[in-house]
Amino acid sequence: MFGDYSIGDLSSIFVMQGFAGLILFSVYVLMALGLAIIFGQMGVINMAHGEFMILGAYVTYLCSSFFQSHLPSLFPIYFFVAMGLAFLASGAMGMLVEWGLIRHLYKRPLDTLLATWGLSLILQQAYRSIFGPREVGVELPSWMMGSVQVTDTIEVQINGLFVMGVTIVITLGVAALIFYSRFGQQIRAVMSNRTMAGAVGIDTERVDRLTFGLGCGIAGIAGSAFTMIGSTGPTSGQLYIVDTFLIVVFGGAASLLGTIASAFSISQTQSTLEFFLSGSMAKVLTLLAVVAILMLRPQGLFTLKVRR
Amino acid sequence: MLQTLSAAPLPPVSVAAETMLSVRDLHAAYGQSEVLHGIDLDVAPGEIVAVMGRNGMGKTTLMKTLMGVVPTKSGTITVDGTDVTAMKSHARVAKGLAYVPQGRMIFSTMTVQENIETGLTVTGARKVPQDLYTMFPVLLEMKGRRGGNLSGGQQQQLAIARALASNPKALLLDEPTEGIQPSIIREMGRTLKRIRDERGLSIVVSEQVLSFAMDVADRVLVIENGAIVHEARREDVDEAQVARFLSV
Repeated sequence: MFGDYSIGDLSSIFVMQGFAGLILFSVYVLMALGLAIIFGQMGVINMAHGEFMILGAYVTYLCSSFFQSHLPSLFPIYFFVAMGLAFLASGAMGMLVEWGLIRHLYKRPLDTLLATWGLSLILQQAYRSIFGPREVGVELPSWMMGSVQVTDTIEVQINGLFVMGVTIVITLGVAALIFYSRFGQQIRAVMSNRTMAGAVGIDTERVDRLTFGLGCGIAGIAGSAFTMIGSTGPTSGQLYIVDTFLIVVFGGAASLLGTIASAFSISQTQSTLEFFLSGSMAKVLTLLAVVAILMLRPQGLFTLKVRR
Repeated sequence: MLQTLSAAPLPPVSVAAETMLSVRDLHAAYGQSEVLHGIDLDVAPGEIVAVMGRNGMGKTTLMKTLMGVVPTKSGTITVDGTDVTAMKSHARVAKGLAYVPQGRMIFSTMTVQENIETGLTVTGARKVPQDLYTMFPVLLEMKGRRGGNLSGGQQQQLAIARALASNPKALLLDEPTEGIQPSIIREMGRTLKRIRDERGLSIVVSEQVLSFAMDVADRVLVIENGAIVHEARREDVDEAQVARFLSV
């Protein structure tokens, strides 16, 4: 498949597809972060995570049309507002869902799978009723369009760089929160031993609710980023949830670094292969590689070495 | 004004009149099967009480019920005058209970210092009090290590430090000598008495080792099939009789 290209062409293709994969990488990382935090904290597999992401995407869409019609002067910076609102909206809905649904099912982990799957169907229909079945697109401010010409054959999209930057900031922020703040310490204590965390004085229910909200909020930001690579429809989230699970498992559960590394390798493989093959073939090859690696390393890429 | 001023520094009345931890007719069950059949227990401030009994007699269940890990079926638990029976574990910690569980239950992926800091949650303090490190110097040495990588005796000290970080009024220890070598057990006895003397808190310790109980406790109770069947002050304990309760 590489035969028709010269070496120079090939390297340009790899670099450009690499950068094109960055937005996908960002969406994956943000989605997987939320999913991994929620799974690590309370053992809940959130099948509705994709719908929380799409909520963020719809919020971004609403922001974009609102600024366009009412505050055109501020349109260039609307994306920052949209990301903040997406985080708040998805986070608030996450906390509501935790309070109304998830917390009653902590002792029945398999049922949470069904319950969140049902929730995802409900949300999809809700989006369909509210926003209509047709997919919507987001208007980007002009400074985010276009690309930077690096060499004659390589150009890099500006919005890709922007989303990448946002992802790095959020990832560092989450890492700092989990490893250096009091709240993060409580999250880790609950992850490590829920009963004992309660017995040293940590309000585990409050920690659960805030963690669930945090995970869903990050998914909302992923939704904001998602609007740049795809159009938003009621069922768009479903396409991402499987890939995201794959990334969490591949990276090794409860490892932040593993999640990032696995999101990077999967999204880049996918993006690079897509240039040469059809989309589904690219997916098949990526999945095969992941399956092979997981057979050799069932615990995922990164694990923590400690006596349990 | 004068009255409150003069009332404040009143010394505590006689130890027997006051109770720090009081348990009345406590019943607890796992699902349908009742394990504790009406436990009564009073612990005075600064008193160390050892609860002895063979495996499966209800020692650990008693500790877990006091801590709110196992739900109370009926009866009341009072800590320093506050009824905590309906409270969740973390609220009981805020009211002055602290717990060192069987098997120590260190947060294995967190560092020693972080483990102690989790105990500070209810006090709102941000730094580990210096006196904890003075009491357990080995923890200061190892404060950057992961808790799971400590030896059994070190983990036991860490679990006690973590419990003390919440400034408890009553400390519950569940089989602290389990899996720990004899020389360290003796040292732990000294540590417990020192904690009691320095902080004046009440300690309830469940035990199978009679010599350790006789070393630290002011009073020894024997629990059998979920009820207290024998009680004696240390000086009155008939060791042969208690040993009979403990023999299998």
